[in-house]
Amino acid sequence: MPMIPYPFDYYQPATVGEAVALFVDLDARGKQPLYFSGGTEIITLGRINEVYTEAVIDVKRIPDCREIGRRSGAFVWGAALTLSEIHDARLFPLLGETGAGVADRTSRNKITLGGNVCGRFIYKEAVLPLLLTDSPLRIAGPGGERTAPIGQLFDRTLRLGRGELLVQAMTDVRYAAFPYVTDKRRKGSAIDYPLLTVAAIRAEEGIRLAFSGVCAFPFRSTEMELILNRREVPAEERIATAIARLPAPILNDIKGSALYREYVLKVTLGETLERLEKGVAIG
Amino acid sequence: MKAEHVVQLELHVNGERRTAVARPADLLLDVLRESFGLTGAKPGCRNGDCGACTVLVDDRPMKSCLMLAVESAGQAVTTIEGLQDEAAQRAFVEQFAFQCGYCTPGFIMNIVALSRLEPQADEGTIQDWMQSNICRCTSYEEIGKAIHVVLGKR
Ligand SMILES: Cc1cc2nc3c(=O)[nH]c(=O)nc-3n(C[C@H](O)[C@H](O)[C@H](O)COP(=O)(O)OP(=O)(O)OC[C@H]3O[C@@H](n4cnc5c(N)ncnc54)[C@H](O)[C@@H]3O)c2cc1C
Ligand code: FES
Ligand code: FES
Repeated sequence: MPMIPYPFDYYQPATVGEAVALFVDLDARGKQPLYFSGGTEIITLGRINEVYTEAVIDVKRIPDCREIGRRSGAFVWGAALTLSEIHDARLFPLLGETGAGVADRTSRNKITLGGNVCGRFIYKEAVLPLLLTDSPLRIAGPGGERTAPIGQLFDRTLRLGRGELLVQAMTDVRYAAFPYVTDKRRKGSAIDYPLLTVAAIRAEEGIRLAFSGVCAFPFRSTEMELILNRREVPAEERIATAIARLPAPILNDIKGSALYREYVLKVTLGETLERLEKGVAIG
Repeated sequence: MKAEHVVQLELHVNGERRTAVARPADLLLDVLRESFGLTGAKPGCRNGDCGACTVLVDDRPMKSCLMLAVESAGQAVTTIEGLQDEAAQRAFVEQFAFQCGYCTPGFIMNIVALSRLEPQADEGTIQDWMQSNICRCTSYEEIGKAIHVVLGKR
């Protein structure tokens, strides 16, 4: 029977504290535990031996990881919410629609926000709205809990210490009123991994932009934002200058050459600026 | 395989309580097929890409190759064998919406969920949901017609 080639134990803690304590205990016993949220990455990579674990800790029954709603002026996103649930809640369309660019609808009934942000795939489109809004993340680990803006925690990947669990993200509700654009460009079929995704909002100080599929990691660049917001300069020139300041080389892989990606990025950026400078709120 | 890695699973499948002895690492797809003989959910890519393995879990379409059997404990699992003369089944026959038929159970489960959860689905929603399933025989036109019949949009 083709399946995950190695056995593992399955745990289903009821609280954040229990999950972290389990991790510490299993880790000490050499079980190489993994938090298991949607589990799609652990299952698909486990099947081909690219992920190994002897114990998974399913966080889907932990109420804090499943919370969704508003609290103290912020939307609360439990890390174990599926991308479909976030989309269907229609609380914050920028997050719902950008997350809906991941995979396909049925897979998004399983893929979670936390798994997408913490996983090892490089696209992680759902992180873009969190970067644009510098949403605070609540993290629990063996050393206790901490909350910090994602800008301080996410650098190419989410910087988690051993045994740390992403519990929630929080987004200031005022961002829901800002005009936004989220544009996923694919090369092949409509459900392919993205060639690239640009997500942007127009905040008080100007347009903020975050990218996935441009470099080998998702990012928001304030340096590029400064350049792109100089409205006295023609858009084409701003875009060329901004592209020269990308934080890393443009991806060059089977999905698209660096040259092709650069071309698509130019076009997408041009349209994004045009739409947001006109002030239209569009998805 | 160490004995400690085998557990007794109690699942709720097609309205019945079923038990299986399986590893926590076993996929829902494999337990349905191998332990319960419910072979309607088809293994295609086993990678979440094709949708042939789609079942309903608490009424939502789910790719059973992306789910551990143990995860579904306490939830209602429905396979194509659990459907009784659904509109989607009739529409597939009437519209000739299959050739080899391998993708058919997955499509039908997804359409049944769509018609129950989003009966007023617009074209965008229909497209978004249906992109989860692939038909290698490219019966898309007929499948599209069947969906529109089910949703009363002929
Ligand atoms: C058919 C298909 C298509 C896909 N298409 C895309 C795509 O277009 N774009 C894209 O970005 N990805 C895509 N993916 C990849 C998918 O988004 C990632 O695999 C996603 O990260 C998995 O989410 P999950 O909830 O299933 O994660 P899991 O498998 O549960 O976890 C992934 C990793 O993150 C860790 N983790 C999970 N939750 C937490 C947490 N709360 N705290 C700390 N660590 C945690 C786990 O330990 C594991 O290492 C696709 C996957 C499939 C199956
Ligand atoms: S076998 Fe599950 S999606 Fe292809
Ligand atoms: S009918 Fe053959 S795969 Fe769809």
